[in-house]
Amino acid sequence: MENITVKINGAELSVPKGTTVLEAAHIAGIEIPTLCYMKEINAIGACRICVTEVNEGKGFRLVAACVYPCSDKMEICTNSPKVIESRKKTLELILSTHDRKCLSCVRSGNCELQKLCRDYDIQDASVYDGIRNNYEIDNSAAHMYRDNNKCVLCRRCVAVCSEVQGIGVIGANERGFKTFIGSAFDMGLGETSCVSCGQCIAVCPVGAISEKDFTKEVFDAIADPEKTVIVQTAPAVRAALGECFGLPIGTNVEGKMVSALRKLGFDKVFDTDFGADLTIMEEAHEFIDRVKNGGVLPMITSCSPGWVKYCEHYFPEMTENLSTCKSPQQMFGAATKTYYAEKMGIDPKNIVMVSIMPCTAKKFETGRDNQNAAGVPDVDYALTTRELGRMIERAGINFHALPDEKFDEPLGISSGAGVIFGATGGVMEAALRTAVHTLTGEDVVDLPELRGTKGIKEAVYKVCDMDIKVAVVSGLKNAKELLEKVQKGEADYQFIEIMGCPGGCVNGGGQPQQPASIRNFVDIRAERAKVLYDIDKSMPVRKSHENPAIKEIYDNYFGEPGSHKAHEVLHTSYVKRTIN
Amino acid sequence: MNTAKSTVQFKGTPEQETELLDFIREKKNDKGALMPILQKAQEIYGYLPVEVQKIISDNTGIPLEKIYGVVTFYAQFSLYPKGEYTISVCLGTACYVKGSGDIFDKLQEMLGISGGECTEDGKFSLEACRCIGACGLAPVLTVNEDVYGRLTVDDVDKIIAKYV
Repeated sequence: MENITVKINGAELSVPKGTTVLEAAHIAGIEIPTLCYMKEINAIGACRICVTEVNEGKGFRLVAACVYPCSDKMEICTNSPKVIESRKKTLELILSTHDRKCLSCVRSGNCELQKLCRDYDIQDASVYDGIRNNYEIDNSAAHMYRDNNKCVLCRRCVAVCSEVQGIGVIGANERGFKTFIGSAFDMGLGETSCVSCGQCIAVCPVGAISEKDFTKEVFDAIADPEKTVIVQTAPAVRAALGECFGLPIGTNVEGKMVSALRKLGFDKVFDTDFGADLTIMEEAHEFIDRVKNGGVLPMITSCSPGWVKYCEHYFPEMTENLSTCKSPQQMFGAATKTYYAEKMGIDPKNIVMVSIMPCTAKKFETGRDNQNAAGVPDVDYALTTRELGRMIERAGINFHALPDEKFDEPLGISSGAGVIFGATGGVMEAALRTAVHTLTGEDVVDLPELRGTKGIKEAVYKVCDMDIKVAVVSGLKNAKELLEKVQKGEADYQFIEIMGCPGGCVNGGGQPQQPASIRNFVDIRAERAKVLYDIDKSMPVRKSHENPAIKEIYDNYFGEPGSHKAHEVLHTSYVKRTIN
Repeated sequence: MNTAKSTVQFKGTPEQETELLDFIREKKNDKGALMPILQKAQEIYGYLPVEVQKIISDNTGIPLEKIYGVVTFYAQFSLYPKGEYTISVCLGTACYVKGSGDIFDKLQEMLGISGGECTEDGKFSLEACRCIGACGLAPVLTVNEDVYGRLTVDDVDKIIAKYV
């Protein structure tokens, strides 16, 4: 790659050709703020917060650093009075139509706009006050709300929805001062074919979109002496919860998380990883059954509720390909309210099942049909990682001082296969560990070809003289690409893992938001996934079928994987939806 | 789809749909095909209601919201049909200072629609226009080809009554 030389604030720097001013400044140790730009998601150079002075021989002028490429001998000035004045003015103009209710805003403290106002010394937020648009809050979706009074029109949410997920149910409507982000014909988000993935929330710089918060309901349930309140935590939560408390991205906080949940007053602290192991038992069995008995192939995983809803809306003709297995969250809830309730002699009506998820689609999933094995919802409240962070703060728990504790038994016992569910490729790897063992008696453990953040991965395994072709996909635009190939007969996989969010659950829409200043230069998917693979490696049991708690639940309750009882409790059905 | 913006019943014919589908088939692989398709659709139907935008979305793969975003961005596109009678109120400078804004408001209230919209029965559509060159008669409005000038808010009832 050809290198060019630039001068940043007087110091020379050699950078590869094609480097943007933003990237060059980062290399020089200067962070240029961005509000609309986010790497791999949105690069439209629209918000003008990143303006920086450059001189290419014709004198200094302001350019959008996020998209402006460096040229040889360019002089860059990142902190001149003109730059600072311009950014400040842009902020003041944004504030003139912003509702500025920071004190009651969910993003207070980690709002990118708030930080910019502090950094650029905004002393009078109302200096350009004038006419303001008043928007109704859109509460129509099960998982989130939109408050356009806080929207800065950066369009990151629009870009992630249409360009990364390939969905496009939100966009900019009207023009000029009346522009707002919404859906076609001003439908509420809940009426559209939104899949609830929450990627829009994860990239929003401000508090304009957020998950529906159930923390109060959970605090109330815990305080109710009649209720047994049981919590389960998804694999990916332990890889990111620490970020809510300022710990570095990629810190494993499993032990502190368990300890915090106990301090919050949950009666039992269990692990969704157990539900993941249960999913593997059922899914591996279902896959073998479909292969042997001419069932519908390729079989596609059903763990990700964002993906499942996407399939129902956009590929309704392929819902037969979805595994009938409930997701780990729902299997866990179902097993808790049947097997565990029976074992402990608790009326399932008095169990409140709370799940902590890296996901917003899980909120939608809890309300789906055929997710109530004990006659009551399998899961009562699905909270995001962020909501758990807020509960811990509200309860005054000093997260950093917490000791490491272990999950309760028996539903807190899990295998390494269960924990890697949180990263793209993990479900496939876990399923193959068990399926290959069931078919051949052989032991396979590490399948590095299925790991990594690439959007589409493929592999072929020779099992009992059969070629098992598998694909692993994350991100829904990638799913679309792969499924169209399958439909055209250009690909003949037998087994496909699809996760709705790019990189899998570690990058789910319910995970702590990281600002553009971090996401532009750090791959949060890879950092968080590493936590899960490290945990897997350190586990004494790494295959679902070897988990002693799994053996017990089959011996004493379900019988065999795929049994009638297992089907009643652990499997579900799908519907066909339309595109709106 | 239940939205305030589709109150006038859609009366598209199979012939109109065929014409639009033929045009889409011809254009859909072109770069920037959406604009000409929308222009053609408006030429065929006179406006772009949800039913028409849905046909375009289903046959191009462009998300409905993206189409709606473009339609609401450009003033040349309308979400509403023209009524049997188009009432056009001049909001140009001379008429405006003579109180045409109040006349426009009164019409919105009477007809129960906003500027740019059409009444549910398809009878009246209301729009604001700029100077029609009759400043001497300010404030003025037109109903199709008929011109009414030197108006006060109280004249509006009588004018509408002529067309009901």
